[in-house]
Amino acid sequence: MSEIAAGPEGAPRSGRDFIARLRDNDLLASLLASKITVAAGAVTILFFLAALLAPWIAPTDPFNPAANYLSDSLDPPSFIAGGDPRFLLGTDDQGRDMLSAILYGLRVSLAIGFCGVALGAAIGVGLGLISGYAGGWIDSIIMRIADVQLTFPAILIALLLDGVAHAALKPENRDASAFAVLVVSIGLSFWVQYARTVRASTMVEKNRDYVLAARLIGLSHGRILFTHILPNVMGPVMVIATISLALAIITEATLSFLGVGLPPTEPSIGTLIRIGQNYLFSGEWWIVAFPSLTLAALVLAVNLLGDWLRDALNPRLK
Amino acid sequence: MSGAGPIVVVSGLSRVFDISAPLLSRLLAREPRRTLTAVDGADFAIQRGETFGLVGESGSGKSTLARMVVGLLKPTAGHVVIERVDLARSGDKAAQRAIRRRMQMIFQDPFGSLNPRWRVGDIIAEPIRAFGADEAGARLGRRATRARVGELLELVGLHPADARKFPHEFSGGQRQRIAIARAIAVHPDFIVCDEPTSALDVSIQAQILNLMRDLQDRLGLTYLIITHNLAVVRFMANRVGVMYLGRLIEIGETEALFARPRHPYTRMLLDAVPDLAMTGLPRTPVGGEPPNPIDPPPGCPFHPRCPQAIAICRTERPAFRDNVACHLA
Amino acid sequence: MTSPLLSVRDLRVEFATRKGPLVALDGVSFDIAPGEVLGVVGESGAGKSLTGLAIIGLLDPPGRIVGGEILLDGERIDHLPPAKMRNIRGRRVGIIFQDPMTSLNPLLRIGDQIAETIMAHKSLPRKEARTQAIAWLGEVGIPSPEKRIDAYPHEFSGGMRQRVVIALALCAEPALVIADEPTTALDVSVQAQIISLLKNLTRRHGAAVMLITHDMGVIAETADRVAVMYAGRIAETGEVREVVRDPLHPYTQGLMAAIPTLEVSARRLAQIPGAMPRLSAIPPGCAFAPRCPKAFARCGERPPLIAIGDRAAACWLYERTPIGADARA
Repeated sequence: MSEIAAGPEGAPRSGRDFIARLRDNDLLASLLASKITVAAGAVTILFFLAALLAPWIAPTDPFNPAANYLSDSLDPPSFIAGGDPRFLLGTDDQGRDMLSAILYGLRVSLAIGFCGVALGAAIGVGLGLISGYAGGWIDSIIMRIADVQLTFPAILIALLLDGVAHAALKPENRDASAFAVLVVSIGLSFWVQYARTVRASTMVEKNRDYVLAARLIGLSHGRILFTHILPNVMGPVMVIATISLALAIITEATLSFLGVGLPPTEPSIGTLIRIGQNYLFSGEWWIVAFPSLTLAALVLAVNLLGDWLRDALNPRLK
Repeated sequence: MSGAGPIVVVSGLSRVFDISAPLLSRLLAREPRRTLTAVDGADFAIQRGETFGLVGESGSGKSTLARMVVGLLKPTAGHVVIERVDLARSGDKAAQRAIRRRMQMIFQDPFGSLNPRWRVGDIIAEPIRAFGADEAGARLGRRATRARVGELLELVGLHPADARKFPHEFSGGQRQRIAIARAIAVHPDFIVCDEPTSALDVSIQAQILNLMRDLQDRLGLTYLIITHNLAVVRFMANRVGVMYLGRLIEIGETEALFARPRHPYTRMLLDAVPDLAMTGLPRTPVGGEPPNPIDPPPGCPFHPRCPQAIAICRTERPAFRDNVACHLA
Repeated sequence: MTSPLLSVRDLRVEFATRKGPLVALDGVSFDIAPGEVLGVVGESGAGKSLTGLAIIGLLDPPGRIVGGEILLDGERIDHLPPAKMRNIRGRRVGIIFQDPMTSLNPLLRIGDQIAETIMAHKSLPRKEARTQAIAWLGEVGIPSPEKRIDAYPHEFSGGMRQRVVIALALCAEPALVIADEPTTALDVSVQAQIISLLKNLTRRHGAAVMLITHDMGVIAETADRVAVMYAGRIAETGEVREVVRDPLHPYTQGLMAAIPTLEVSARRLAQIPGAMPRLSAIPPGCAFAPRCPKAFARCGERPPLIAIGDRAAACWLYERTPIGADARA
């Protein structure tokens, strides 16, 4: 005696079926419902693509010192009087094309942002799962570590790590380690928010009957944590990750601005802003303006996406 | 493996929870340790192929008892022996594993007992993947597993193609069917059902209870069914145990217990069920409420509400003798 | 024949969704006479709670009333502005919800909550209101009401809290009380007490009751008349005794047969195949036809509520043929 007369709903049967499913999808619908969110999404994708394709779409390679002529330095943008048509957004003090520098800088900023967020999420989610599931003194210890971690802002950690790296590594390795220093600083300063959220969700999920059913068949705790509980606590993690991506990019920019971080030969957006700041009042405003606008636009777009994601995934708002 | 003797023997089973405030607060406020005795010395046996019903209200300890029987909770005293293996004490991992595959559990909440992020097919296949297809633990290939899952889905009245769907695509009754399919996946002998139909509508409940009885006949299952619904226990169980505040106060064959309840609490419980037959008999509901299990009354725990309490009931706890725990029996 | 206290005529409630409007209540009509207890029974998804919410104006958007009328004492209340509706709620219509945990404000003392309601609707000074509140607590069976009036909700057990909620619902002396699953969250023994209390108190104060529940047993004990709902429509109405003993609508018949009873130990429970259709998938014609053992060609058209004496059933089986005899075989 069959309960269900209709066929299976499982996998899409054709391209048309897939598109119909897509149109039916609630998440996508809520995304398309808000024009601002769509715009934010478009901008974000634009920036990601620009960063990804930088080596192919940038007019010049700003990291190659040999390609830059100091005679070209401090040229204004091409659409202003005195500008050179080769350089759409002008050049900086070393003769680098601003447009290329921004594209490559975006690349570096996004790379560090992603890696930092990924590291923070990995540490945070892992510790949060263990803390929430184990409870007791393990939970207390991890939460106290988290509290201590919160007293150290990213900048402090970065300075500390940078100092250690400088002392410990040979000069030729220092530049390579700059990337790692930034990623680790950002990761270490961000993991706590993941841990707290995941811990709260884990504490709720671990008492659910499906976890009991898994324990009943004798699965190990680790297996239960990662195959059963983890998928159910990832929702808020996605939201936090999106919003902290924006924060990570700003943090990296700040660190580079302060001089802790990437060397001036591999400038990120933050470095460019730092360089540009020196020339702001002598009239070469484009060196600081364009990177700043790019940073602001990127961070705003990612933040708006994060806001939308949080509201879309919130079951109570439905 | 058939044999004489009961499949489950519970003796002197107790579970005490420590609910004291954290150490520091306790020291500062000079409070003593506080404990909650959820189950206090339960003794019963379940015969092969029978359905044993455990009834009680909230605070009776029936859910805690169920979880101890199935090994999810360690008892603080007493033993649960399943097929002659004591799950909590035995150090023999292989024996433990062998027993684990012989018993399963069906939970109350059809919405919480299935992982919302897993496909139904994976949910049902999980015990098969954990235990292997048969006693020897043979691994089933993907196709064979899929076939077995399809078989199970049909057995519970669903369609094999439902394996690709997610739990939220099903109704409560259908999810409970999926939970049943998962429970019978590795050919268990003994299934503990914790309020299996309490969250379901009446007409769906009828379907699920019928399904459970059909499966019991086809697969030779033994059930321990926990419920607060006396009519359900009447339909499903051969024997019934009544719990009050952590203690088993009466056990008996279903027909006999319902026709001639011996303990005053059992009598009260039967009286409290709304009269669908509308016999029009006036009933005075017994007053009071189940007391706080943290602070049970002395002597017989039911004495504050018992219309027949005598002096000894207030001071001395009645022993469980001849299947009833009452001074007046 | 006194005019009805509450009259619901052809009520239609829709939910606006992305895929178009979803009809949740489709032409619901019933009356409640002054002082009478009408049981509204149905399974989950039938729309009984929604009906209660629509009557007191607590429908959450995107749900809204799109057709029909609700008349209280002859006046229309279905599209009143919120301020007027608030007046009606409490003063003329009292409400009891299922979960006593969330119906009471955990931050206010219960005496204050009751006194506030009395003051708001009966314009009495605070001292008077407090005295009345104490009297109400006594009436609902709270021991030592003068001492407990200043307690907080969390200091009471579930059953006691529900008693306070009943006091809260009745203290402004409304003519109608809408009780939505008032005993579902309570233990069996406490349920019996609360049902009895509700029945006696409302009778004493002359209030009519709309008792919404899925539990047919509670209806049999408490109600004078009953309305059975299915998929957002009324399937059958009539006096409780008659509907329980001799249901007319095939759905009611199936429902009654599916309920396990304490008396007889059945071999198998009669079950209705399938499940109640989701609101988005209600078939045209009679909503129950796909599951009905007595369906025939006419059922492709939706049956109106056909009167049979002072009972009614929405089923073509009771259509009067032109000759005058009814089609019931």
